Amino acid sequence: METMQLPPQWSTFARQTDWLFYFIYWLSVVLFVGIIGVALYFVWKYRRQPGVKAEPTGHATVLEITWTVSPLALLAFLFHMGFRGYIDMTVAPADAMEIRVRAKKWAWDFEYPNGGHSNVLHVPVNRPVRLTLSSEDVIHSLYIPAFRVKKDAVPGYYTTMWFEATQVGETDLFCAEYCGAAVGTTEVSEGDPPVGREGNRRHVGHFSMITKVRIHTMADYNTFLESILRPPVDPATGREATPEKWGEILYRAQQCNTCHSTDGGAMTGPTWRGLFGRQRQFTDGTSATADANYIRQSILQPNSKVVQGFNGVMPSFAGTLRDNQVDAIIAYIRTLN
Amino acid sequence: MATEVAGAHGHDEPDHLAPYLSPEAGRGIKGWLLTLDHKRIGLMYLVSTLLAFFMGGVFALLVRLELFAPGRTIMSAEYYNRAFTLHGAIMVFLFIIPAVPGALGNFVLPIMLGTKDVAFPRLNLLSFYVYLFGATFALYSIISGSVDTGWTFYTPYSTTSNTSVVSMVLGAFILGFSSILTGLNFIVTIHKLRAPGLHWKRLPLFVWGTYATSIIQVLATPVLAITLLLLAAERTFGLGIFDPALGGDPILFQHFFWFYSHPAVYIMIVPGMAVASELFATFSRRAIFGYFAIAMSSLGLALVGFLVWGHHMYTSGQSEFATTLFAALTMLVAIPSGVKVFNWTATLYKGSIVLTTPMLYALSFLILFTIGGLTGLFVGALSVDIHLHDTYFVVAHFHYVMMGGTVMAFVGGILYWWPKMTGKLYDESLAKKGWFFVFVGFNTTFLIQFIMGSKGMPRRYYDYLPQFETYHKISTVGSWLLLVGFLLTAWALIKSIRSGEKSPPNPWGSAGFEWQGTESPPVMQNFRVTPTITRGPYDYHLCSDEELFDGFPEDAEK
Ligand code: HEC
Ligand code: HEM
Ligand SMILES: [Cu+2]
Ligand SMILES: [Cu+2]
Repeated sequence: METMQLPPQWSTFARQTDWLFYFIYWLSVVLFVGIIGVALYFVWKYRRQPGVKAEPTGHATVLEITWTVSPLALLAFLFHMGFRGYIDMTVAPADAMEIRVRAKKWAWDFEYPNGGHSNVLHVPVNRPVRLTLSSEDVIHSLYIPAFRVKKDAVPGYYTTMWFEATQVGETDLFCAEYCGAAVGTTEVSEGDPPVGREGNRRHVGHFSMITKVRIHTMADYNTFLESILRPPVDPATGREATPEKWGEILYRAQQCNTCHSTDGGAMTGPTWRGLFGRQRQFTDGTSATADANYIRQSILQPNSKVVQGFNGVMPSFAGTLRDNQVDAIIAYIRTLN
Repeated sequence: MATEVAGAHGHDEPDHLAPYLSPEAGRGIKGWLLTLDHKRIGLMYLVSTLLAFFMGGVFALLVRLELFAPGRTIMSAEYYNRAFTLHGAIMVFLFIIPAVPGALGNFVLPIMLGTKDVAFPRLNLLSFYVYLFGATFALYSIISGSVDTGWTFYTPYSTTSNTSVVSMVLGAFILGFSSILTGLNFIVTIHKLRAPGLHWKRLPLFVWGTYATSIIQVLATPVLAITLLLLAAERTFGLGIFDPALGGDPILFQHFFWFYSHPAVYIMIVPGMAVASELFATFSRRAIFGYFAIAMSSLGLALVGFLVWGHHMYTSGQSEFATTLFAALTMLVAIPSGVKVFNWTATLYKGSIVLTTPMLYALSFLILFTIGGLTGLFVGALSVDIHLHDTYFVVAHFHYVMMGGTVMAFVGGILYWWPKMTGKLYDESLAKKGWFFVFVGFNTTFLIQFIMGSKGMPRRYYDYLPQFETYHKISTVGSWLLLVGFLLTAWALIKSIRSGEKSPPNPWGSAGFEWQGTESPPVMQNFRVTPTITRGPYDYHLCSDEELFDGFPEDAEK
């Protein structure tokens, strides 16, 4: 009954919102049946009959004033209840855990306080969580039906939202603000949402900007937080990935691939093919050999030395990448020789 | 009546007392294209808006067909986005905004006022050509790459989309001028050209509704025009107004857009209410209950409609204070809408009701608009709207209002005034079958969308998760029933033109001025002598039996 029309109630907001939903629902049913029932009864009762004329319309001022003014009370009540729920959703508790959300066409990136990232939203149960949203391109909107929350991610702004999950499990997260579609199709890879399929390829766009929310117990959540700073576990073997493999994963996950190629072609930044051990020339006239220390410095303080022929546009990854992650990337770059 | 043979007139000089459709009233294609006659302009609007409805309908059917099965069904995601955008844009800008005022308003309003024409007949013709000009831009956009922004053109999506946004936006910009010209013309006509004896308290409710609509058109449309122009300028010259990458503010666009588009919702629905009032009166043979309240509630809607645009932006990140204020004001909109529903219901009480097809459409209007209005309470309540915003619940809500409301009233109005416009009767039983499919098809298509939306199905999705499949299937089947319904109705009209019986001047036995004072179809100048109005348009108790039953086929037999 509770969830006849609504998704399961998995956040502290759900009950309040649903109460109002069903209040309006039953109010509407009563009003609809009442008004339309009366109207249809009149249609039948006063159907045209030979020799019977319509009665002239009179005035019923009291009736008119009643039905103009009395709904006001009801409307004020509805506004009040909606407002209460809304204010609860607006003001996050001070001890809420922070997660940073970056939206872009057509994926979500969630960043946790320890600097780890994921594409699925992981949250602990029974603990308020505050999301700070931003967008890199167009407007998106983060929508979790089971929590009854939604907030736009607007480029050029930060927006915030919060919730407290009440149930361990997994539920859907959607993009609710239209954000276009990619041209053509791409390959299906593991973990892609089950939408937009055409044979063994898939269409990508607003409708596929879907992921999951995973709600853990606090203990499991801490394990999760640890895990995103360690090499991912290969489900087939049950073993952690090698540093080289992890480096390759980070190359994509941290978007180094948007500026660096691994096939020898120059993009915004120099290619990584054959980089390790090569002699580098810098814009300030100095030079150095690309060893592990140099690469580490290039990642953490990219503008201390700018390679000749390029601009100093690389963002610093200090604070984002941990030592073991930097090591993994270096290991990966070494494999490209 | 119409047997008087038109007397001496020059070769090209139209005969002002000939039926307006006859060759004597203006010959050939030129007689139509250069006509200043409000009735002919009305018919040209009717044909063009129905074509637009057909085109928008084709896109709707394609959208629904794509959603019939999961995964790709008939088109790619890119084309789906174009299809729903064109559906929305055509239905809003080319169909529903101009339909009732342009087609029915142009035809009926001057006759109801007892005048020969609108105040500025040339401006009237101009507004039609401006409409066609704007439509050309829209069509050009469709063939030159089309648009995929949604009819809302939200920035920065619309400033970065590589589709043909500028021509569509210019099209909507130009169409806005057509809307303004029509509105202005009607306001002046209503103020200045009422027949002797037709004081404000005797104005038919259709005129009141059109008056309220015209005011909104004149006041709100310029804001849309400026917004769209800024958008086009931003795309063309890279001005940084809305795009944050250029230092602009994307939320500003939403404020501008909805400052027009919420009032525009009333440009769409108030004319529908206006038509429905006429239908209820005629087919109950009774004055509308609470005439004054209905008239004033239209003006009330026009006014309050300007103060609630922010209710489209609860999740956008606008300030909490603004959100609260808009939510409170939004609740007020329910009052005038409720008053109207109560009054229409009370009109039926002790009437003499006959279920002709137009009346069936009027009752459908009452039922569906009530659902549309009640579901407005859900999205008006702040916390509930956070959940429902941008889901199919909203899609269902606005279709109940726009299609269940305005389109039902529009079709009812076309059938109702058809004998006056064409001088022919249509086949009632065929039209009734059409109505049946439209009514059942509409509810099959859209009722289920409320459920799917409250369960969390977002709108503008090319595909869906498995739990939504059944709902989408049912909805798509409903769209086919709708198609059958509209095809039957169209056939009834075509058949009437080709072989319909000749209509008497007042086939419904209505007390309305447009039925009492003119022939079917009216002569070019509407009236042979300028009428003097001595009673109200709903004063059935003052009408003689002959006036009411004149030529009403069924009653004549009794
Ligand atoms: C926005 C583009 C951009 C991104 C993203 C980016 N880089 Fe760079 N990177 C550059 C540019 C440009 C240079 C050359 C200028 C310089 O040395 O600062 C460079 C230089 C480097 C160098 C030195 C290369 C050489 O040939 O000497 C390393 C190592 C490097 N980046 C690693 C990374 C890693 C690891 C990541 C991802 C975690 C990354 N970069 C992400 C633009 C980028
Ligand atoms: C009669 C007039 C109609 C009007 C004025 C109208 C208006 C609209 C509008 C404004 C939209 C929003 C477009 C957008 O999201 O950008 C829309 C969407 C839609 N309409 Fe209609 N419509 C009408 C009839 C129909 C019919 C007859 C059908 C189905 C048979 C239909 C099916 C749809 C669908 C499926 C969507 C897309 C929903 C989504 O993906 O968000 N509409 N319509
Ligand atoms: Cu998105
Ligand atoms: Cu609105």
